[in-house]
Amino acid sequence: MATFTRGFTGRGGLERDPRLPPGQYDAGQSWPVLTAEPTPHLDTGSWSLTVEGLVQTPTTWSWEEIRALPSSGFTSDIHCVTSWSKLGISFRGVSVDTLLEAAMPLAAATDVLAYSHTGYTANVPVPDVTGGRAWVVWEVDGQPLPREHGGPARMVVPHLYFWKSAKWIAGLRLLDHDEPGFWEVRGYHNYGDPWLEQRYDGD
Amino acid sequence: MTERSSSSPKAQWQPATVVAIRPETATAKTLRLNLPRPSGHLAGQHYVVRLTAPDGYSTSRSFSVASAPDGSSEIEMTVERLPDGEVSTFMTDQLRPGDELDVRGPIGGWFIWPGDIPALLVGGGSGVVPLMAMLRLARRSGTSNLVRMFVSVRSPEDLYYAGELPGPETTIVYTRHAPASEARPPGRLTAPDLPAPPAGGLTFICGSSSFVDAASDLVVGSGTSIADIRIERFSPSGGHCH
Repeated sequence: MATFTRGFTGRGGLERDPRLPPGQYDAGQSWPVLTAEPTPHLDTGSWSLTVEGLVQTPTTWSWEEIRALPSSGFTSDIHCVTSWSKLGISFRGVSVDTLLEAAMPLAAATDVLAYSHTGYTANVPVPDVTGGRAWVVWEVDGQPLPREHGGPARMVVPHLYFWKSAKWIAGLRLLDHDEPGFWEVRGYHNYGDPWLEQRYDGD
Repeated sequence: MTERSSSSPKAQWQPATVVAIRPETATAKTLRLNLPRPSGHLAGQHYVVRLTAPDGYSTSRSFSVASAPDGSSEIEMTVERLPDGEVSTFMTDQLRPGDELDVRGPIGGWFIWPGDIPALLVGGGSGVVPLMAMLRLARRSGTSNLVRMFVSVRSPEDLYYAGELPGPETTIVYTRHAPASEARPPGRLTAPDLPAPPAGGLTFICGSSSFVDAASDLVVGSGTSIADIRIERFSPSGGHCH
């Protein structure tokens, strides 16, 4: 139960945007950069994306190859566990469904471990990256995805806290078990639903 | 990547009492909080602070702990007042000793110094806060020889912990205005400013995103493995980030 904070009046009764999950605030035009590791210098010539593990056809795409896949634009809200949200960002990229159609997951595949060129990892159940719920994106608001935001390409899984959307994405490994990722083994929630405020282990 | 001890922040919200407030700079204040259920933090960890208005509106931000783990029930955090920061302006302008604040923590299992390995600490501006917990821990435990700290600030007036931070382990780099006694002309941190990162140790870099990127490029350029660098970026919207 919250204690009222003496003297804190909040935003003076301003209407709260219904797109904001509980405990989040609108970061407006700013897009804070949050990473635990140095920003890598990745050039598109050496960038690649691999889908592997429990799939019929392990597949690697070069930058040119992934850009040749059918891409889609979408607009979504993103929610960082540190409590800022950014509303209505437009992205362009390839749906993870398209990547999985090529690699063909085995029936036993239940979980995905997304991994980055930096070694960062994040775990997501298969149903959370299929059915048009996850993308590998390279464009934001019509511009190439900046390096500090994960460029040349990152995951975007907008319905989960944004640490699940691995920057500098290098691959997806399909598994028959859950394998907690970088933050998940360091006290953060294993699933991370912002609407349930699943921020930390035990929430 | 080496796995460090991780702390599970299962600790739930608790009402901390503000026991002291002191100015740190013209725009920053250090708050000393007493925790009803202290659980001990590691140097570099943070707490989440939640403010709740009478109409039920609440908002929270993360703040690094500046005090060393000392076994007491009190922690210190330093809050930089941001002109548009709804939380930081409240905390620096309105809070008084005796007020209660909901807090949760300690949180963070990555940007932590375990206390027994060499560490290079590089902080920009308010990014010195979690590094101060590390420096204080080293001094408390007689292991200052393990730690080298570099702090980059615009001018002497912007330095946090000015009465305590200077010492044989620390170097202050001024980017705009340096005191008259300072031999180095004001300017951004460059490679010659930094010593070689410690063998078998870690480098901790904290500050604004642009500071962190510049400093980590310098450290990587000196041959440090990225795996030995821990980064924390302070967000422009207030408080600390992961």
